[in-house]
Amino acid sequence: MKKLISAAIGVAMFGLAANTADAGMKVKMGTEGAYPPFNFTDDKGQLQGFDVDVGNAICAAAGFECTWVVQDWDGMIPALLAKKYDTIIASMSITAERKEKIDFSDKYYNTPAKFFAKKGSGFTVSEAGLKGKSVGVQRGTIHENFLRDNFGTVVEIKSYATQEEAYLDLASGRVDLGIADSVAADDGFLKTDAGKGFEFVGPSFSDPKWFGDGAGVGVRKGDDKLRMAINDAIKKIRADGTYKKINDKYFEFDVYGQ
Amino acid sequence: MDFQVIIDSMPSLLEGMVLTIQITFLSLVIGFAMAIPLALMRVSKNPLLWMPAYGYIFFFRGTPLLVQLFLIYFGGGQFREQLEMLGLWVFFREAYFCAVFSLALNTAGYTAEILRGAIGAVPTGEIEAAKACGMHGQLLYRRIVLPKAFRLAIQAYSNEVVFLFQATSLVSIITLMDLTGYARVIVARTFDIYEIYITAALLYLCVTYGILYVFKKVEHRWSAHLRQRDTDDVDEAAITASMH
Repeated sequence: MKKLISAAIGVAMFGLAANTADAGMKVKMGTEGAYPPFNFTDDKGQLQGFDVDVGNAICAAAGFECTWVVQDWDGMIPALLAKKYDTIIASMSITAERKEKIDFSDKYYNTPAKFFAKKGSGFTVSEAGLKGKSVGVQRGTIHENFLRDNFGTVVEIKSYATQEEAYLDLASGRVDLGIADSVAADDGFLKTDAGKGFEFVGPSFSDPKWFGDGAGVGVRKGDDKLRMAINDAIKKIRADGTYKKINDKYFEFDVYGQ
Repeated sequence: MDFQVIIDSMPSLLEGMVLTIQITFLSLVIGFAMAIPLALMRVSKNPLLWMPAYGYIFFFRGTPLLVQLFLIYFGGGQFREQLEMLGLWVFFREAYFCAVFSLALNTAGYTAEILRGAIGAVPTGEIEAAKACGMHGQLLYRRIVLPKAFRLAIQAYSNEVVFLFQATSLVSIITLMDLTGYARVIVARTFDIYEIYITAALLYLCVTYGILYVFKKVEHRWSAHLRQRDTDDVDEAAITASMH
């Protein structure tokens, strides 16, 4: 409720000034809150995760006053276009398809995708090896697009509203494999109790045709001042060590990529 | 409006509509078959019969369908081992089964309540007349009470059918590719929100109209004995003539 009120005040006072990126500007940031460890809601109902920390660091570096808005994944871009918030910081990969609708900042991390399945299931990741298998994937993600375009004719695709629901069905055996971001799957599933009996199978995928150039901050088309301010802020937190501190809080390796 | 997107997505949307209609039909048949005994139990004076029926109807009318769907699908997934021991996992593994199962249980609750009301509304005079003719128990219900109750219930039941048809749009949440499921997948890729959802809405509307049309026909047929015969045409002709 508090969030709603402050968001409403933000709109009332600064809604018209959204095209200028000045210090002290109010920015509403959209995220999903169901994609651990990048963004999730903890048991106290607080937003947590790498995306959220990076988002807050960007805000601090650019001098924005930020509030967070939680939005289901498949409504992420429509809600940005409908001005429910001004930025998407939700591990959204920068792809050509999405660029037709929105603009992106520079990337703030880049990790490859991987399949995962029950330990010892011995699947080979190829058209022949996955024939007739069912694969769980989150709806509206680069992973779903990749799966449909490359294995769509041989596997049965089950799409879920959230990545967590896809993990649930893999754990209960309703699907044979899952495909997701390797880091998200590792921390969000394989390292948890539910994912104990599961492992990665096959190679890492990072073909820019489907996986784009890493995850960036999404903004509405033409919102260039905001986008430039975010780019500057990303450079700043990369340079001053803030990014590394957040990175090390969640991961044992550098997720920024090459 | 981008009409090309609508044309391109039509085959997928229609494929989804087939599943939507299938699920609606199966759930209705199963739900209705369950609703008759439930309604009869509910009107019984024996507490061993009416209390379980009351509890069932109370639960399924008192909780949201979405919660029931999650409970059966994701809840069922948690009890895999127990369900496997009972040999039921083969069913609960399938999203299709879970969807039909929860929709059927849900509509059975509502339909039973509609039938209960209709059974209560059968005029006592007709029951007394039947008894005077020597009908009792099963025969009385089969010949007099239930036919009359169905006739009284049909309008309320047509509402329930339309509600259930639209409620099937929830099944896309448990991975089924119904009309809404396809619409969501297409929107997730093309972001043509208005085009796709308006098309989906119009498709739902067409089928809803079809359902209502069928019910109107059935109702017309079932109420044949309540209409004046032959004189209808004459009266209408007379009225039209008097207007000129």
